[in-house]
Amino acid sequence: MLNLLKRLWVIMKSPSSAAMGFILILGFTGGIIFWGGFNMGMEATNSEEFCAGCHAPIVKEIRETIHYSNRSGVRAICSDCHVPHNWTDKIIRKVQASKELVAFAMGTIGTQEKFEARRGYLANREWHRMKENDSAECRNCHEFDFMDFSEQGARSVKQHSTALASGEKTCVDCHKGIAHQLPNMEGIEGW
Amino acid sequence: MKKLLTMIVAGMIALTAAPVWSDDADELLSNNGGVGSLRGLVEISTTNKSEPLKRVPRDVQPIDRNYVQQPPLVPHTTRGYQVNLNANKCLSCHSFKNAGEMGATKISVTHYETRDGTTLSDVSPRRYFCLQCHVTQADAKPLVENTFLPVDSLR
Repeated sequence: MLNLLKRLWVIMKSPSSAAMGFILILGFTGGIIFWGGFNMGMEATNSEEFCAGCHAPIVKEIRETIHYSNRSGVRAICSDCHVPHNWTDKIIRKVQASKELVAFAMGTIGTQEKFEARRGYLANREWHRMKENDSAECRNCHEFDFMDFSEQGARSVKQHSTALASGEKTCVDCHKGIAHQLPNMEGIEGW
Repeated sequence: MKKLLTMIVAGMIALTAAPVWSDDADELLSNNGGVGSLRGLVEISTTNKSEPLKRVPRDVQPIDRNYVQQPPLVPHTTRGYQVNLNANKCLSCHSFKNAGEMGATKISVTHYETRDGTTLSDVSPRRYFCLQCHVTQADAKPLVENTFLPVDSLR
């Protein structure tokens, strides 16, 4: 075993007899394949189909909501709200998500009943996450600076121009259950 | 001979039956005592073309009541408002607890009463489903003309 490692080390250390250009091309293509593959993997795990693999009932729920069906046809998919867009945050979230693979293997939310029982916990975790990052994923599309209060309803203006503008509240404080059914809201602030 | 007779009888039946089919509308009118239907003069089995959906105003001023016991109308959209065992979106603004902060109309104290007049500590189950009585409004013309006027105190 040690011998094998030593031999490998010698191969790695000694200069290659192949041409410089060849080595470079090899490096570049390898880079493209690995980086492209990595990104493709990232994209694939961001798709609705992938999410629906475990969270099928909740993926269906969005269909009644404004984030799925609306006048202009713009829509959000799971990852638009649940996976940070910023690269480092995204990688952190993806690494955290590896824990969720264990839950998948154990069938933690494998049935509708199990899912309903856990809905409150899951929702609270997402609300907490969005509260912590000042609803960063909402703001990827809904930017406060570009809100035209004259186009909003009186109720919206009242909240947006005060609590949201001052930073006292963040989007998710009021906008809960905008893409899913709500869990039992007993004891939740504002309900 | 027999064949000819059958043909004549069949012809006669066809002749007497034909006017009935062609005068459908007349018969519908003459058989109903002059009452017109909002569906129009069509057979019950015919599916009418549906009216375009009306748009609910997003947010308007509170709408005045037309009669004393009228449940106040909802002057805003309620799309996606969940009212079920888990949550009541309406009460997140209109409950006694939240109305002040949200600047919303408070539900009346009658919503806490059971049908035999006992006042409960929270909204009575029979009054929990807001949208059963309080409804959104759209700019829809009355289908039938009416001359209803609110009582003087509401005018």
